Amino acid sequence: MGRKLLLEHINVPGINTLKVYREKGGYKAVEKAIKTMSTDDVVEEVKKSGLRGRGGAGFPTGMKWSFLAKPEGVARYLVCNADESEPGTFKDRYLMTHIPHALIEGMIVASYALGANTSYIYVRGEMMPQIRILEKAIEEAKAAGFLGQNILGSGYDLELYVQPGGGAYICGEETALLESLEGKRGNPRIKPPFPAIAGLYGCPTVVNNVESIAAVVPIINDGGEEYAKIGIGRSTGTKLISASGNINKPGVYEIELGVTVEDFIYSDEYCGGIANGKKLKAVVAGGSSVPILPANLILNTVNGEKRLMSYESLSDGGFETGSMLGSGGFIAYDEDQCIVRNTWNFARFYHHESCGQCSPCREGTGWMEKVLHRLEYGHGKMSDMDLLVDVAKKIEGNTICPLGDAAAWPVASAIRHFRDEFDWHVSNPQLAVEQNYGLAHYADPLPVLAEV
Amino acid sequence: MADKIKVTIDGIPIEVDPGTSILNAARQIGGDIVPPAMCYYSKLEGSGGKCRTCLVKVSKGSEKDPRPMPKLIASCRTNVMDGMEVQNITSPEVVEARKGVVEMLLINHPLDCPICDQAGECHLQDLAYEHGAEATRYEFDRRTFEKIDIGDKIQLHMTRCILCYRCVYVADQITENRVHGILGRGDHAEISTYIQKAVDNDFSGNVIDVCPVGALTDKTFRFKNRVWFTKPVEAHRDCPTCSGKVTLWYKGEEVLRVTARKDEFGEAEEFICNTCRFDKKATNDWVIEGPRKVSRQSVINSNHYEELQPAAVVKTNLTLQAANKEEFERATKL
Repeated sequence: MGRKLLLEHINVPGINTLKVYREKGGYKAVEKAIKTMSTDDVVEEVKKSGLRGRGGAGFPTGMKWSFLAKPEGVARYLVCNADESEPGTFKDRYLMTHIPHALIEGMIVASYALGANTSYIYVRGEMMPQIRILEKAIEEAKAAGFLGQNILGSGYDLELYVQPGGGAYICGEETALLESLEGKRGNPRIKPPFPAIAGLYGCPTVVNNVESIAAVVPIINDGGEEYAKIGIGRSTGTKLISASGNINKPGVYEIELGVTVEDFIYSDEYCGGIANGKKLKAVVAGGSSVPILPANLILNTVNGEKRLMSYESLSDGGFETGSMLGSGGFIAYDEDQCIVRNTWNFARFYHHESCGQCSPCREGTGWMEKVLHRLEYGHGKMSDMDLLVDVAKKIEGNTICPLGDAAAWPVASAIRHFRDEFDWHVSNPQLAVEQNYGLAHYADPLPVLAEV
Repeated sequence: MADKIKVTIDGIPIEVDPGTSILNAARQIGGDIVPPAMCYYSKLEGSGGKCRTCLVKVSKGSEKDPRPMPKLIASCRTNVMDGMEVQNITSPEVVEARKGVVEMLLINHPLDCPICDQAGECHLQDLAYEHGAEATRYEFDRRTFEKIDIGDKIQLHMTRCILCYRCVYVADQITENRVHGILGRGDHAEISTYIQKAVDNDFSGNVIDVCPVGALTDKTFRFKNRVWFTKPVEAHRDCPTCSGKVTLWYKGEEVLRVTARKDEFGEAEEFICNTCRFDKKATNDWVIEGPRKVSRQSVINSNHYEELQPAAVVKTNLTLQAANKEEFERATKL
């Protein structure tokens, strides 16, 4: 049984209220941080913990905090990115729905560490119930003296606001989020300057994912070193994984980083195996934008080692044979799923969500979607696969924000690993509309690498 | 003034002021190594970074930190550092990426150049020509829009728009009450004024000059003539609202249109007011300075001063020579 830090009390009735949350040890981190620690101590503790950003990129949170510029007389802001809209990811929504106070507590500690007196939680517009839950929780915290003027008699003031977004995927990109928060059109900014220098209203700003901020609470309670003992290598601590697809028990699981992928899929503690006795065909390990992997490559790396749920192990093999942990949106596909259709579906999403600023992403996402649509419905050509790879290559890395990369990777990787299936769609157009390609060789054991 | 810093672009060193962008440093050198720019406009604050045609490779970050930058970067929005080494046309990676961007820009562009007023002075046309994009791999319907009138003098044809945002920045710069902007997202985004509301400003006509393609056109000039049949002449007048320095485009004795004077990178030197642009179309409104210098390579040059200096392409092509002569006779009959 893995250790639980964030979801330990998830099943306690009434944990969404301040009273029950405090009975279970809530808001101790606020008291400890504000009463006994200096702001630098808190940052130092987070650095020691090795906590890495849980939103997708995996940048060390403590490092990000220490980059924050601190000019005299200029306000600093902490913004929580709760614009969770990556297909396959729903961990933040789960956390905010059931334990809103974990996020609020983390926000108070993190704001204190960064010296921010005004902080925002930018919530995706579709999550109206969560916005109400958070607002209610903020009321409660304020009434109990954890927010507002002179928190716990320390002289530290903090106002916390919840800002609903318009429901655009692009506003999950930190600079687009800041634009949107300022009331403008949510177009990503050109970097530099980075938000740590000039972010919200031109002031130094840190933008963190919901889970990263919530993870600060156990780090302060138990100490950074204690937190760093969990996990493996540079992937420390626990991570929420949103498991979905053809598995027996979909849901949000808190895992210790370093669990093997095989365990995660097949053990009863987590996903409980593939539903209806089918076989695993493919996995998207970290939300729709990471490369998709066939069953044999997700369970083992090319070196024959077991693949682990950690930042390093999932990306082992680079883009050739690896993927990424991303935001932890774990989607499993069984033998009945069509990879072409899935890739088209993802491409359709990115086409819809591209902000339209940079030409390669604006035009390229639409182009890829149309070609994939043609393939899926039996009008494809053999040259389409090379065309898609080429278009993906022209988008990747040539855009302002990472949405271009996120749109290109799933397409490029699907063709890299499932080219047979795409070819089959072209050579059997009638059959492709009626039935699926099936499992084929995608779960076969990997060829053993010759000793060099 | 702070010390000059040294930067090398495609092996050519130059010293520039700190805070200069790579693109502007390249423009100071001039010639073939200047990256093309479809969205950046030096007179418009905040423009640039969007079209991605000006991507370059930074092979050495600076003297202090010589690491190369991991990705290609937009030269219009990246400032030079001391000792920076930049590769533009010497990097195959850049040329390849730029070709990709040109292809992307063209997939939804209507390619209706034969009936487009911008043809001949269109930046996208030049760009496509330079990068040899002679065929497209795009086999789907292009996006289309209805034409919209912005006031009674300007027409917006969104079908041709490449979403460079320049006109939005013009509106931002000339007025606090911008009434036109971008609606929608992705490739269905469009420039719009809510319910065709006119951009009501003395300088609104400048959106026509900044538009790199034929999306925003002058209704007083629409379908009157092709630019290469008109003769550009520099002129000025004493204007109470703007500098009054313009280019007049003559056909015979008639002034067909008035535009701002454009520099070698196609940017207006000074914005002009709507009175000068739309209402002053008689020669006696203006003080003529003399013929405008047009690059020898430009298509605008192809029919003027013909027998003296025919464009290079005309010299070797008999059909073009005949057509050129015929047009010259027609134009000079007046």
